[in-house]
Amino acid sequence: MEDLKLHGSIFSPFTCRVIWALKLKGLNFECIEEDMTNKSDLLLKYNPVYKKIPVLVHGGKPIVESSIILEYIEETWPQNPLLPVDPYEKAVARFWSKFADDKSLTLYGFFVKVGEEQEKAVQEGLEILRNLEEHGLGDKKFFGGETIGLADVGLGWIAFWLDVLEEIVGIKLLEESKFPRLFEWTNNFKEISIIKENLPDRDEMMAIMKSRH
Amino acid sequence: MAEGDVKILGGWASPFVMRPRIALNIKSVGYEILEEKVGVKSDLLIKSNPVYKKIPVLIHGDKPICESLVIVQYIDETWSSGPSILPSDAYDRATARFWAAYIDDKWVPALSGIAKAQGEEAEAEAVKQLLAGTTLLEEAFQKCSKGKAFFGEDSIGYLDIALGSLLGWIRVTELHGLTILDAEKTPGLVGWAENFCADSAVKEVMPETGKLVEFAKMIFAKTKAPPST
Repeated sequence: MEDLKLHGSIFSPFTCRVIWALKLKGLNFECIEEDMTNKSDLLLKYNPVYKKIPVLVHGGKPIVESSIILEYIEETWPQNPLLPVDPYEKAVARFWSKFADDKSLTLYGFFVKVGEEQEKAVQEGLEILRNLEEHGLGDKKFFGGETIGLADVGLGWIAFWLDVLEEIVGIKLLEESKFPRLFEWTNNFKEISIIKENLPDRDEMMAIMKSRH
Repeated sequence: MAEGDVKILGGWASPFVMRPRIALNIKSVGYEILEEKVGVKSDLLIKSNPVYKKIPVLIHGDKPICESLVIVQYIDETWSSGPSILPSDAYDRATARFWAAYIDDKWVPALSGIAKAQGEEAEAEAVKQLLAGTTLLEEAFQKCSKGKAFFGEDSIGYLDIALGSLLGWIRVTELHGLTILDAEKTPGLVGWAENFCADSAVKEVMPETGKLVEFAKMIFAKTKAPPST
């Protein structure tokens, strides 16, 4: 029995990445809900540099930063792999996983900005989606090929959280007509049972995001 | 693997380009460097890295790999019979990846923030952030090195490459009177820097500080806003 604890919140897409990876690997773990407005002493001890969720604690040792946690999970429990064996394909997966990390704040921009800044954020968001559609996904069903991989898990927030934000703000970025393959990817991604069973309640998510708008 | 099969699209002054070069040197893999001209992106660069259009790009055969630390990991996994670059233990790997990401996400922006800062107050704040980060890196060094010369212990590893590639630019910034690697406050890093620069995988690719100063002058003349007074 692995000694695994995950400090996080189902409402955080970064925590969900880790939940999905752990569940895909068939691992049991304890979920410790963290309130980011009132951070626990344990969280501050485990993640003194960033003070953020998620934190995975394995046998008492903390691992932080969701993408790094995913690689740790992949290397420690190789069953149901999230990364291909071929080093080049691995590099491609890591590139898009990093893209997901580097661009998520920019993509979120249209939700938090107003006026001219919001218009600019919308354009930047569309550029991100264009890159994913044309260079990331191409003709593949998932970024990982026939099955989901590291990059799909990293980009998963686009499949669920993005349209919640779009609805609140009244601006649609991911239109089916503009990004048909990426749009289909969001449907395929949400159909995967592990993902479907481990998404936050949409109404609750709406309420939380509305309060942040 | 024939030398012609491995190319790096890069620039001599870029610390990010230095990273895959050090990694290939560690693996004793020959490569050709295709120097990108400053301010002009070649067709090959745009085709190989359509998303970011940035250096470095490693082209292995006909396959392009982008993002310096992704490239370093690719090199480690492809030429697996050579000395290892990432640690063998999964937890140590996570630690190395954490600090390398910290360097790129927080420390490098703090370093370049000093040069870009407008006014004394902004510059002082940038310096404060950088030095706080350097203290963290000293602590990381003490933990990771386990008393040995490098973050990777006996030999240069992933985290050494991530931070060491910046030493040229660290020296340039120090020429302006700021001590970043301090013999009293960060003694581990001071010793580490010397060992890193003396390593055979690094020596030939680390640019001379003087040349970087000239390069910086040229770049800043193009981009820095004139003084507000």
